Amino acid sequence: MLDLGKYADAILWSWGLTLLLLAGLTLMSLRASRKAKADLKAAEERRKNG
Amino acid sequence: MSQMKTNGTQTRSFGQRMNALWEYANPVKFMALSGKVLPWIVGLCALTLIPGLIWGFFFTPEAANFGNSVKIIYVHVPSATMAINIWVMMLVTSLIWLIRRHHVSALAAKAAALIGMTMTLIALITGAVWGQPMWGTYWAWDPRLTSFLILFLFYLGYMALWAAIENPDTAADLTSVLCVVGSVFALLSRYAVNFWNQGLHQGASLSMDKEEHVSNVYWQPLVMAIIGFGLLFVTLLLIRTRTEIRRRRLHALMARERMSDA
Repeated sequence: MLDLGKYADAILWSWGLTLLLLAGLTLMSLRASRKAKADLKAAEERRKNG
Repeated sequence: MSQMKTNGTQTRSFGQRMNALWEYANPVKFMALSGKVLPWIVGLCALTLIPGLIWGFFFTPEAANFGNSVKIIYVHVPSATMAINIWVMMLVTSLIWLIRRHHVSALAAKAAALIGMTMTLIALITGAVWGQPMWGTYWAWDPRLTSFLILFLFYLGYMALWAAIENPDTAADLTSVLCVVGSVFALLSRYAVNFWNQGLHQGASLSMDKEEHVSNVYWQPLVMAIIGFGLLFVTLLLIRTRTEIRRRRLHALMARERMSDA
């Protein structure tokens, strides 16, 4: 196991928060993308069917 | 004509090739091209970001002056670098919008803002967490720290302005002007250490000057992590810009539906 010494708290907080924020941003972006794609598809189908 | 070639073929001049780039300001062409390159960029991002971070976290030695806290630079330096560069990218796309009125460029700037804000937040938090054991304080009104905080507020203001204005063209105009003004702070964030010597924050971790930059054992994984963060930005930017283009199209279709219903 990696020994981070006396800076363990600072290192783990920094890395943990970074990974959490980046993962959150990625998930948010993917979810918004999926929703926009589905909404647009539905609107285009409505338009096609009159 | 200089751009005409012999053998019946015609090659395009530099100017024409540059003009051809503007074709990708067409949303349909942008969607087609970005859809093709996106999987490759995701792959490259995974190939640089994951090994870069693992290398930095697990396989770098303790530093003589900073101890193991040196591992924080693998998240702090790439995020701070991206925070500034994303604003510069937003400045370029905002200027393109103001001068040439290409909607994709305005939407790309809008799409980049949340990523830039997140990178600035990461840089501020990791800097504060690192500052406590090193400087004995989480925060100081140091030139670089302060200009970064102002940059973060500019990101927030930029996104709030987009959200507050209903007409998308007016929103793009006003946010572009805000972006030009905020660029002063993006540049200050980068060069504050050089302008003022009284700050706590040290100089650049990456420098072309061999005397100045960090030792190779830390430098190599750091470069890899920065490239990884850069590619993560491009990946998220493409996904988010495509989303914004779809939303714009949806907005237009809904408006047409409402008009035909009326």
